[in-house]
Amino acid sequence: MAQLKRKLNGLRRSPRALVVVLFAGLLVVGSGYTAVQAAVSPSTAVTRSQEQIDLGKRIFLSNCASCHGKNAEGTMNGPSLIGVGEASVDFQVSTGRMPGAASGPQLEVKPVQFTEEQISALAAYVGSLADGPSIPDASYLQANGDSTKGGELFRINCAMCHNAGGAGGALTQGKYAPNLMGSSEKTIYEAMLTGPQNMPVFNDANITPEEKNDIITYLKYLQNNRSVGGDELGNLGPVVEGLVAWLGLLGLIIAITIWLGAKSN
Amino acid sequence: MSNTANTQKKNGFLAGTANYVDERVGVGGILKEFGRKIFPDHWSFMLGEVALYSFLVLLLSGTFLTFFFQPSMTDVIYDGVYAPLKGAHMSIAYASSLDITFEVRGGLLMRQVHHWSALLFVAAAGLHMLRVFFTGAFRKPREINWVVGFVLFVLGMAAGFTGYSLPDDLLSGNGLRIIDGMIKGVPFIGTGISSLLFGGEFPGHAIVGRLYSLHIMLVPALILVFLAVHLFMLVIHKHTHYSGPGRKDTNVVGYPLMPVYVAKAGGFFFIVFGVIMLIATFFTINPIWNYGGYDPSPVSAGTQPDWYIGWLDGALRLAPTGIEFMIGDYTVSTNILLPLVVSLVFLALVAIYPFVENWVTGDKREHHVLDRPRNAPVRTAIGAAGVMFYAVLWAGASTDLIATNFKMSLNQVLVTMQISLIILPIVAFLVTKRVCLSLQRKDREIAIHGRESGRIVRLPHGEYIEVHEPLDPHDLYKLVDFKDYKPTLARPNAQGKITVAARLRSSLSKFYFEDRIAPATQTEIDEAAHHAHEIEAEVQKAIESSK
Repeated sequence: MAQLKRKLNGLRRSPRALVVVLFAGLLVVGSGYTAVQAAVSPSTAVTRSQEQIDLGKRIFLSNCASCHGKNAEGTMNGPSLIGVGEASVDFQVSTGRMPGAASGPQLEVKPVQFTEEQISALAAYVGSLADGPSIPDASYLQANGDSTKGGELFRINCAMCHNAGGAGGALTQGKYAPNLMGSSEKTIYEAMLTGPQNMPVFNDANITPEEKNDIITYLKYLQNNRSVGGDELGNLGPVVEGLVAWLGLLGLIIAITIWLGAKSN
Repeated sequence: MSNTANTQKKNGFLAGTANYVDERVGVGGILKEFGRKIFPDHWSFMLGEVALYSFLVLLLSGTFLTFFFQPSMTDVIYDGVYAPLKGAHMSIAYASSLDITFEVRGGLLMRQVHHWSALLFVAAAGLHMLRVFFTGAFRKPREINWVVGFVLFVLGMAAGFTGYSLPDDLLSGNGLRIIDGMIKGVPFIGTGISSLLFGGEFPGHAIVGRLYSLHIMLVPALILVFLAVHLFMLVIHKHTHYSGPGRKDTNVVGYPLMPVYVAKAGGFFFIVFGVIMLIATFFTINPIWNYGGYDPSPVSAGTQPDWYIGWLDGALRLAPTGIEFMIGDYTVSTNILLPLVVSLVFLALVAIYPFVENWVTGDKREHHVLDRPRNAPVRTAIGAAGVMFYAVLWAGASTDLIATNFKMSLNQVLVTMQISLIILPIVAFLVTKRVCLSLQRKDREIAIHGRESGRIVRLPHGEYIEVHEPLDPHDLYKLVDFKDYKPTLARPNAQGKITVAARLRSSLSKFYFEDRIAPATQTEIDEAAHHAHEIEAEVQKAIESSK
């Protein structure tokens, strides 16, 4: 008995034991997490055909693999895409941010490089690698929610980076929160869902799909109802107003004073 | 007899009324005296006028707004026409501002007129101040009036800030929060003052009502009083004028108030009013409906104050962090105190500048002829340095917008501005002083030798000369008519001692006047003219002999 105990102790202290315990731990936590995750956000039943996935893989290999790795496992130049989900691919590629033109503080919006069919194939391929947030259901993209509630949520959760009027704002080291006045319903939803680049993720537990719809409703109201007070001056606030006051208002009046002064000479 | 009756009849009602008033109030005497006040013509003399007129527009539009605005922070549920706020909780102040915007007829236009003219008021006053500074119009006897004008500028900022905070929207609440933080950063008394001002912990329920009292009563009343003093002194001192033949420190050359300037100024008021109306019609200012009601939790990106408070916001943003320290368990927030002290010192320097310059020059004469900025190189350079310092602080308030719009790193923009705040004023000083001295040198050259005519003549012995044309006396006058100060030495006082003040004064005098270009004297001009005549004669001779 004592011998067995000593032997077990020996095993416990052997360096290999650490590996075994770590492996067991990771296995339990990992499978547990996956199970819970699957229970929390059941990805909507997506029908991806094998053809679509194959097409997506071909596009991926020729356009994305150089940075994200041949199996989307990630390289020094780009993160792993396993588990980012279709929403993420759709957001990045359909706004033209991906494929990125150059590495920098943040990927810029630029002309979209793929057709819609290609984008959904690409999304299907990445989505087939592992579960992740899927493309939002059209019922949440109708902009038919409560704009008052959406406005309040927007001011509390989004305005500190995107500005109360959705005009965008600066972040550190050259990063920035973009202007939202041209964003589509789907883009806004996917951005909240996936937290692209420097944006935090607002998952469904944090802001429910209905609330996301409210926020979209508010932003769409801002997009469709421009200022009642005349030109908005980019919605950038007092700095631009000051510029207009000096260069426009005072400038015009000074031009008039010069004209008045010149007449009498 | 019939003749008198006839005249009276002819003049009729108007003359009768005028006579009635004159016999009782003595308006005739006032008009005779005041109506003959002379005002010189120059566009730069109208900047103060622009400020005055925008203040009148402010009073008019502000009165309109008070009819509908309710300065209460009581919570209501909005039930107006603006859809994205329907059903939201907000203060009555914000709800009434929204009603002014969306439901009161002409309300939005009046709000925009009021806000745009506020921006114009402070801008015109600031530019007017710069004109007075750079032309030396603050010299004796106008030092006190400079201080009065300075107080008006500060009151303008106060009026603007108290008004900015009234609608109780997110933007203005964020601004108040910053003020609250600054007050709380003042050692020992800060927390107490903040809770006194806000009636408890920020934001409380009192601040909008209190700011409203200040904004519509105290501050405008003070502005009116100081305006009256300012204008009264303007009449007492008479207006300054730019140098020119016949313009001296003992006279004013221009047109009388009646009828010329009354007509001009009256017309100009409507021009200013019209331009404000035009801008207010076509450009949104402060879209409060976008910001939502104030709630202390959210802070919007791109929160900035109106332009005239911008330099203070910039000072806060540019202040170096990480130098805060503790005394016992009390934190001394240098990141707030430093900008506070720097801006107060800057304002104090602006206020006392006329007295400093007067002390350095020791000039007790009255000055009614304005300086050309180049003829006071060090003053102009100090002004340029001050403008640069202000401008960097001002730009500092928009570091985030500069970063996003010009695709730069916010952090680098900030560091660049921190360095610029120290370096650029020095550069501005040196460059401006050199430019002024060079311009003076050029003036002197032209005054003595005349303008270059572009006519190149070859003399018989092979020399090439360019013929210079003498100046028109009117032009010449402007180039040579300026005061020239020399540096003074520190002299011992009656006890035979050189005091510290005397030493300081002499070193300041050296700083001001060590590098100087003396105006061309009559002798120099005569000599040069004589020389020119000789050359001209030689040229003529050469032309004659070649025929």
